[in-house]
Amino acid sequence: MADGEILIDVKGVAKHFGEGETRVDALRDVDLQVRAGEVIALLGPSGSGKTTLLNVIGCILAPSAGKVTLDGETVFEGQWLRRDLRRLRLDKIGFIFQTHNLLPFLTAEENVAVVLDLAGWSVEKGRARVRELLDYLEVGRRAAAKPALLSGGEAQRVAIARALANRPRIILADEPTAALDGKRAGLVMDLLRKLAVEQEACIVTVTHDEKIFDRFDRLIHLRDGRLADA
Amino acid sequence: MNLALKDIRHGLFRFVLTCFGLGLLMTVVLSMIGIYNGLVADALAVVKAPAADVWVVESGTQGPFAEASNIPLTTRDAVARMPGVAEAGAINFQNIEAAHAGASLRLYVIGYEPGHPGGPQRIAEGRGIGTSHFELVADRKTGLLTGETIRLGRNRFTVVGLVEGAMNAGGDPAVYITLSDAMALQTELDPAAQRVQAARGAVSVKSASVAAVIARVAPGADVELLTATVRQWKHLAALTQAEQEDILVSSVVDLARRQIGLFLGILLSVSAVVIALIIYTMTMEKLKQIATLKLIGAPDRTIIGLIVQQALILGASGWGIGLVLILTVKDYFPRRVVLEPFNVMVLAGIIFAVCIAASGLGVRAAMKVDPATALGS
Repeated sequence: MADGEILIDVKGVAKHFGEGETRVDALRDVDLQVRAGEVIALLGPSGSGKTTLLNVIGCILAPSAGKVTLDGETVFEGQWLRRDLRRLRLDKIGFIFQTHNLLPFLTAEENVAVVLDLAGWSVEKGRARVRELLDYLEVGRRAAAKPALLSGGEAQRVAIARALANRPRIILADEPTAALDGKRAGLVMDLLRKLAVEQEACIVTVTHDEKIFDRFDRLIHLRDGRLADA
Repeated sequence: MNLALKDIRHGLFRFVLTCFGLGLLMTVVLSMIGIYNGLVADALAVVKAPAADVWVVESGTQGPFAEASNIPLTTRDAVARMPGVAEAGAINFQNIEAAHAGASLRLYVIGYEPGHPGGPQRIAEGRGIGTSHFELVADRKTGLLTGETIRLGRNRFTVVGLVEGAMNAGGDPAVYITLSDAMALQTELDPAAQRVQAARGAVSVKSASVAAVIARVAPGADVELLTATVRQWKHLAALTQAEQEDILVSSVVDLARRQIGLFLGILLSVSAVVIALIIYTMTMEKLKQIATLKLIGAPDRTIIGLIVQQALILGASGWGIGLVLILTVKDYFPRRVVLEPFNVMVLAGIIFAVCIAASGLGVRAAMKVDPATALGS
């Protein structure tokens, strides 16, 4: 899939926190391109800039310099070029968290539906999409359960369904398998790869989980805010 | 999808408990408002009951309620003959302790002349006084029943009728007896003391004075002119009904009214702080979820709606529970609790404003939440 459409194009991105003696350069002149269908991993020791880069791509954190283009739309070049970044996230980006972060007061089904509700899907279409996703991820029978009653694997699959619900083309995952055992972690990554291919999406994962390194197309190493290897 | 309702349903027991707690607080606030109103209403009840236009009292006094007033009984005839006066009646007031059903009963005895102004306005049960002596009409709060008898001074009176809402400024329930019985009650000694006085050779002299004469004016008559005319008599003073009511509210019950008013103010302030704290805490507990919502693309209005709707539901529930509770228990209070729809609506307005202000604090905190906090741990 290396010849797919470029969905993430990060050029010369830098990010520093603080000034003077307290200045910390979290990212330095980072260039990264991710194509549709690709599943890549961001690796590196703690403080290397993995999460900062994920936040920049997720439009949560403004870079100090550089250019960010997502799904063909330049969203940052010296400043944010889109006012409504939340809408951008809703439409283009799906997030998968280390601890699933499902809303505890909603059922599994509602946790997925809330994204579609925010995106303006009709109730009928939304319900069908939620069913389709939950069944696909084999948690359809747990649709009415609250997150507290789901196992770790089930909750993570519901979280994946939520991330994919609005058909985003960019999936950002922060340690998605940290709470899962080796077998389940492999299954989740296989599932993500399958969905990436089917939805022509790309997946950027921050992980320390060596058990799943072989599931990625590329391993991107970050060290002191720079790309060390690609 | 209404996130506020979903969240409430998720923690329903806790939310209901919070609403109930707030409802109890509102019950206290409403009861204080009712007690405040009741104090004023009780104070005015005895003044309003005779439906008088003019009160003629002793010169240099502020009438029979604020201070002692004694005027000759003959004043009634003099007032009744004045131009513009439709009818006049003499009345007497006194507090007594009577024994009833093995307990001491504090009563406010109103003596009036049947057929003249000053008697009870509406008999709720039984009949009005029909004989010259030893019959009384009592307020229900006395606990007396029609047909019962009670000893007042030397004599035993039969309860022939019951009225409602008749009491003095202190909340003592009223009984109506004839003026002649009231005057006798005021001056006659009990039999044992009388025998001692007789043995000493004392002669009993009945005072022919009353506390006030009340007058109703004829249609079209000038009340101000009438009071001005009465004031020309050096030994008399005259007050209009409005002046008499003012004296009671601004003098007789003023301290108690201000005391309760201040307490009510403090109570409202405490309630506002409690409501604000509850709403703010509810929001703080959801910051991680709010961060997640922001991260997945929820607009500000969704997050603001979640906080504000819950605050308003909490406030409305607390107000509703408070209202139901106070309406259920208000009749068990020893003194009247008077709640006007206006008071209840003003409290609703205050709660609404507090909820909006408190949710403003929560919204401010929620708007500051960085969506990135949803990532990681």
